[in-house]
Amino acid sequence: MATLGHGLARRQPALPEKLRILSWSLVFLILLAAACGIAVLYSAADGSMQPWAAAQSLRFAIALALMIGTALVGVRYWYRLAYWAYGVALALVVAVDLRGFVGMGARRWIDLGIIQLQPSELMNVAVVLALARWFHSRSGEDVKRVRFLIPPALMVLLPAAVVLKQPDLGTALMLLLTGVALFFTAGVRLRVFVSMALAAAAAIPTGWHFLRGYQKNRIYTFLDPESDPLGAGYHILQSKIALGSGGLFGKGFLHGTQSHLSFLPEKQTDFVFTTLAEEFGFVGGLLLLSLYALIIGYAFAIALTCGNQFGRLLGLGIVTNFSLYVFINIAMVTGLIPVVGVPLPLISYGGTAMLAVMFGFGLLLNVGVHRNVRLNRRGESQPD
Amino acid sequence: MLAGAQASVLAALTARLYQLQILESERYVVLADENRMNLRLLAPVRGQILDRFGVVLADSQQNYHLVIVPEQVGDIAAALDRLAALVEIGESDRRRLQRDIRRKHAFVPVLVRANLSWDEMARVEVAMPELPGILIEPGITRHYPFGEAASHVIGYVAAVSEQELSGDPLLELPDFRIGKAGIEKAQDSELRGTAGTSQVEVNAFGRGVREIARVPGKPGHDVVTSLDMSMQECVTRRCSVEQSVASVLLDAATGELLALVSIPSFDPVPFSAGLTPAMWQELSNDPRQPLSNKAIAGVYPPGSTFKPVVAAAALTAGVLTAETQIICPGYLSLGDATFHCWRHGGHGTLRLRDAIKKSCDVFFYETARRVGIDRLSAMARRFGFGEVLGLDIPGERPGLIPSREWKLATSGAAWSQGETLIAGIGQGSVLATPLQLATMLARLVTGRAVSPRLVRTAGLMSPGGDPVPPEFRSLGFGPYTLALVLDGMNAVVNEPGGTAYGARITERGMAMGGKSGTSQVRHINDYERGRGGRHARQIAWKERDHALFVAFAPVGAPRYVCATVVEHGGVSGGGGSAVAAPICRDVLLEAQRRDPARQAPNGYAVAPSTMRGG
Repeated sequence: MATLGHGLARRQPALPEKLRILSWSLVFLILLAAACGIAVLYSAADGSMQPWAAAQSLRFAIALALMIGTALVGVRYWYRLAYWAYGVALALVVAVDLRGFVGMGARRWIDLGIIQLQPSELMNVAVVLALARWFHSRSGEDVKRVRFLIPPALMVLLPAAVVLKQPDLGTALMLLLTGVALFFTAGVRLRVFVSMALAAAAAIPTGWHFLRGYQKNRIYTFLDPESDPLGAGYHILQSKIALGSGGLFGKGFLHGTQSHLSFLPEKQTDFVFTTLAEEFGFVGGLLLLSLYALIIGYAFAIALTCGNQFGRLLGLGIVTNFSLYVFINIAMVTGLIPVVGVPLPLISYGGTAMLAVMFGFGLLLNVGVHRNVRLNRRGESQPD
Repeated sequence: MLAGAQASVLAALTARLYQLQILESERYVVLADENRMNLRLLAPVRGQILDRFGVVLADSQQNYHLVIVPEQVGDIAAALDRLAALVEIGESDRRRLQRDIRRKHAFVPVLVRANLSWDEMARVEVAMPELPGILIEPGITRHYPFGEAASHVIGYVAAVSEQELSGDPLLELPDFRIGKAGIEKAQDSELRGTAGTSQVEVNAFGRGVREIARVPGKPGHDVVTSLDMSMQECVTRRCSVEQSVASVLLDAATGELLALVSIPSFDPVPFSAGLTPAMWQELSNDPRQPLSNKAIAGVYPPGSTFKPVVAAAALTAGVLTAETQIICPGYLSLGDATFHCWRHGGHGTLRLRDAIKKSCDVFFYETARRVGIDRLSAMARRFGFGEVLGLDIPGERPGLIPSREWKLATSGAAWSQGETLIAGIGQGSVLATPLQLATMLARLVTGRAVSPRLVRTAGLMSPGGDPVPPEFRSLGFGPYTLALVLDGMNAVVNEPGGTAYGARITERGMAMGGKSGTSQVRHINDYERGRGGRHARQIAWKERDHALFVAFAPVGAPRYVCATVVEHGGVSGGGGSAVAAPICRDVLLEAQRRDPARQAPNGYAVAPSTMRGG
């Protein structure tokens, strides 16, 4: 029971106080990024709200409400829901594998009647939640035991394997990298990562065997994109042409030639950064990168200042996942890494991704709001 | 540590953007422009071909195609059903259409029907508001108003072949047509014009989004020919009574061809779209060779029409005068060989004038013997035989004038005097084209080295304008030589007993002179001769003699010359005077009636323009 000695801060804050503590600066930065995204989608549709910008605005509005709501719910509920959420997400991912329909050459979507859901996007947040709960208030001794690490490892590998089979190389990679980052922040020793990396390296030939033809092609053409300028290398080449021809200040809003004349593939989803940087140039690209850097910085600060292990891990997991999306997407469209099909969070057109990202930020803001709340292993707020 | 990693990734991404957008930007700007800019060639309008009075012989006509843009049409089958009510759309049209629609981008117009008639176009235009995605597109086709009447002279256009690609990008346009024969080919560079360009912004699927710049091309120049198309038509009509004829009408004063006819002819239009294999088979298997321009590419033994050349050679060499008498007993013996006259009983004693008039073979055997092959072949060349005359359309053949060197080179044997005798009556190895015969006569009546031509070149371009007659060099004949020969040719037609007396012109001041010829296609053996010669109707068409006639008019002041060859004697199988002479008569009569000098100022012909024969 709370005593006066431990002060108000250790209690569940009341709603008005929560609203006061909430990191409105981060909310503002997210709004800014989403506004950029809607503007780019408006341009990508040749200066029209249809078909993307309007739908994206509506989704963002809903997702924003969801984010704030998520942020204000007591952190202990999320702690208790963590495994359930993970279970539901995993069930959805498996369901997609069994019954989903094929979109753009891969089985990723599930039709819920009203909306089409891409559960692999939600899986990212669910994995972070589950891992954060698993590692919450564990001692350093626990983390050193291999047997203790097997369940969380499975939590990551199981969905990753299903997603890879869909096939969705990008999301599978995202799950793995996020998992690794969480293990690392949870205090798992470097030795373990090295042995895992070695195991992964050993698994590459086997994994190569499981890759689909187009995934192999993407890696081939990444290694030499200009060898096949009209085939699979076309995407990377056209994206580089769009970026390069944008120059310092870009071709101007609504005046990108590569995107408007459809030379740029997937201009509203995976290659949306290219669409932006073609029209706003190096300056525009850099400004967006800076905006992302600010968001990531804020998010890091929130996660690190959290008083409880669950919140810290949750926050770090989410910000790591977010920044991985940003980095991998931009590295992909600039031709630094193969095209793996990862959207640019907050900007790319896509409902589930938007929902997942905003839910993630909701959890992060929640962590910030409840940074002084203590949680025991059963998920109850505790005075000490 | 995570933050550090992220900072370095951010730095790496920034560096990459800097590299792409600042350092390598120029390269990518070029690539982006190459992506979106599409330079399209605009084909120039091909020049017209006109006759001497400005009558259009070939021009480029706008025609209209019915096309469908699949992406603008919801239900293509339904749209076609509605269209079929307006214009005829065959089952094969439909199949081709379905195939094209599958193969092409949805925004590329697909041809439904080419060459809409005026009625069909009107019906479609009216229904247009209810037919979204149906368009009428203009196209250009080459049009020949006179059809087959001058196709050997005008030629035709067809798709460019691999060998003809010269680097002119125009030639690579899929619909471009190039001159393949006649004036269309000879004057192709003049007619073609230069390409314009249109710079179009296109999207990734090749759809034009907007035009950025346009440089209009220069249309081709018109080409004016020397033909008088109404004369050409008359000659064509007159010649069409026979199966296979070539006829040339030449203005001796200027060398300009007024008509150049080769029967049978062909329709030049299908060549533009490409002949079907069946059409090609039919044209190339026809024994009368419609594709060959026999007036310039048909070579025939000139027969007796060659005798004026022999006469001119003898008079020039001084081996003969107007008074020299030669006896014709019906044959001439030279060593072991006997050379027969066409008239079995012989002509008796003859002078040059009567020898020409009666076309005595023995007289010219003897004359040729006296002249010798060297002087004879030199004279023949002076008259334009044995080599191409340099006419300004392609396809001319040189014919052949034999000589000692030629004999030695081709057979290895020495020239024999008997061959000189045979050459003296235009047989044996002597071969000439109808154009050469006409040129020979033009040179005979003018004494100048007239060379024929079809194109009125720069400076003479304005149709109807009188070109300055070219100054042909003199051939250097003595004062009486040509007069004597022409007098003999006058007698051929205009005196009773002349070989072509039956074909004389009786209109006052229009009389013609001429020379008949009948040339053997097959050697006559003694057996046949013993049976009194051959009867034409008994032998296969291909082996019958050719009938030839050369004529000039009017006799007093020759202006027009005409040479006509009726292959294998034509329908009646007759000789030159019977079959070819009437054609020359009718052609020359018509030419004189149409002579601008005889036209009343208001343009009506003084004499009614009727054609005889037929």
